[in-house]
Amino acid sequence: MSKINKSKYMNPYLAGVLLGLVVIAANFISGRSVGASGAIKSAIVAGVETVAPAHAESATFYKEFSEGHTGNPLNTWLVYQMLGVILGGFLSGVLAHRLTWKVEHNPRITSRTRLIFALVGGILFGLGSQFGRGCTSGSALSGMAILSLGGFISMAAIFGTAFALAYFFRKLWI
Amino acid sequence: MGPLVINEIISENTNLLLAFFIGIAFGFVLEQGGFSSSRKLAGVFYGYDAVVLKVFFTGAVTAALGMLFMSLFGWLDLSLVYVNETYLTSAILGGIVMGAGFIMGGYCPGTSFCGAAIGKIDAMIFVIGLFIGVFIFAEGYPLWEGIFKANFMGYPKISEFLNISEGFFALILVIAAVTMFWGAEWAEKKFPREEY
Repeated sequence: MSKINKSKYMNPYLAGVLLGLVVIAANFISGRSVGASGAIKSAIVAGVETVAPAHAESATFYKEFSEGHTGNPLNTWLVYQMLGVILGGFLSGVLAHRLTWKVEHNPRITSRTRLIFALVGGILFGLGSQFGRGCTSGSALSGMAILSLGGFISMAAIFGTAFALAYFFRKLWI
Repeated sequence: MGPLVINEIISENTNLLLAFFIGIAFGFVLEQGGFSSSRKLAGVFYGYDAVVLKVFFTGAVTAALGMLFMSLFGWLDLSLVYVNETYLTSAILGGIVMGAGFIMGGYCPGTSFCGAAIGKIDAMIFVIGLFIGVFIFAEGYPLWEGIFKANFMGYPKISEFLNISEGFFALILVIAAVTMFWGAEWAEKKFPREEY
């Protein structure tokens, strides 16, 4: 049996403290906190406004977005922040020698199965993040940091559901 | 003093530039903590790797306590900090759909971008899924606008909802987190799994 090596990543409690400091810095500087799904929403709105401007002017979702934002939908705090996330993740991967092209999956399932579930999971998470007005970052983590009731509801619903369904998807992971 | 941009100590453009640097730090910490790996993320739901729980709750507790102390010292005006709005129905519904996506896809949005940034192809596919999911929500919006806007509760803090002080709730949060950390350490020893 191969040795279970967990030392290649940062100590999780130290990483947690640093994560908390990032959230504090965001609130101190910008009066808001980190997020991820909001940047995807901006990108979708920008894409639809470019490809189908007439549709973007008539459909409710895009109209409501424009009412709350001025200028280019991509010129928002979360979009710049997400570009930083990609660079930051990449830099960390470079420093830790973790840059590889691979489909990470349990050897008991095929790459194909992993990718199908990754796609379905992504679609559900994208859909759910809009109902939840934010994902694990923007709603749960950021919301809990500011003690928002909604943040705690999101956290409990996300983790509670994943725990409740874990048994049915166990073959993907264990 | 804070929030700097709301108190006009820095300009809006500086704020957007700093958002980029905050993002770099956010992505760096997520990747360093192991959040670029779906195997590690999903591990919490089977007990073999509770890194999600440890990093996530340490982060939430650190941030909550840090901001309460900064408010106490007069460094940060919490009344100017954005508090997430609470729409009860869609918060629960969204959380359930996200939880299902989490256990199937092994990522959440922020972590999938980190995984994609270091070359994980499953993470890239998850990101494509995110775009499709948001697009479906946008196009189907008239169908679920009613649910999306139902049961608006305003911008409540959990301490107000429970009718206790913010400091006392923070204490409960710390105790809950430490209890979960103890459980997480126990679970990792009880359900070890080989790396793949």
